[in-house]
Amino acid sequence: MPLEWIYGLVGGLIIGLAGALFLLGNGRIMGASGILGELVDGSAKETATEKVTFIAGLIVVPGIVALVMGGSETNLTPNLAVVIAGGLLVGIGTRLANGCTSGHGVCGISRLSPRGIIATLFYLLAGGITVLAFKHLWGFI
Amino acid sequence: MRQVIAFLAGGVFGTGLLISGMTNTLKVQAWLDVFGDWDPTLAFVMGGAILPMAIAWRIAARRKISAVGTVFPAPADLKIDPKLAIGSVLFGAGWGLSGLCPGPAMASATFGGLGGLIFLLSMAAGMKAAVPVRRWIEPAQS
Repeated sequence: MPLEWIYGLVGGLIIGLAGALFLLGNGRIMGASGILGELVDGSAKETATEKVTFIAGLIVVPGIVALVMGGSETNLTPNLAVVIAGGLLVGIGTRLANGCTSGHGVCGISRLSPRGIIATLFYLLAGGITVLAFKHLWGFI
Repeated sequence: MRQVIAFLAGGVFGTGLLISGMTNTLKVQAWLDVFGDWDPTLAFVMGGAILPMAIAWRIAARRKISAVGTVFPAPADLKIDPKLAIGSVLFGAGWGLSGLCPGPAMASATFGGLGGLIFLLSMAAGMKAAVPVRRWIEPAQS
């Protein structure tokens, strides 16, 4: 499916441009988990407003784009236990590691940060093993 | 200006996540499914995103302050601690289970249905819970 690769590449370039804009414009690292997490635990302090505005854009704009494109679907599992467990793990894990796919993966690797590279190796490996175990061994997802 | 840039960056980020397929949990899980029907699209997403970002870091290195006058982030931290490894493993497990990471979870809030909102609430609860967990892991490493 070569078309999907092109969507991936174009979408990726757009993600990178957003990160470049946030860095050069506001001097901030575009890490989704840090932006939300610092609002949730109250450590955002004077950057709180900017973080709320970022999240507003992150929710509203793709919502409009999805509408224009005729709707979108996350295909999230209907198994609520899996949804809740997944959410809790993503929340705790990204805050302990101080970053997720955007912060460590995109912003970290692009400046050859050792922490970013190691975090990315660990979460990709853990994600791969989880899919292997829960999909192929136990048929859960 | 600072708020305008923040809104735009968030909006452009979310649009990229949507177009790239990162908000489609089946696609994300297919990328992690190395032993099954592997979908390599996300490698293109990562590569595509790293390229402009690498250029931005280069530009930032030559400047003292950002466009709005704030200082740039400190140089990359070199400290590899247990929290980084433990946290990344937990995050990877949750990402594999659900197919959602924090950015796409927020970007899909308007079309992700009730399940998506439950995921967001669980993720926020996990982020809150990370505060005491962090304190609990911390003494072990010093």
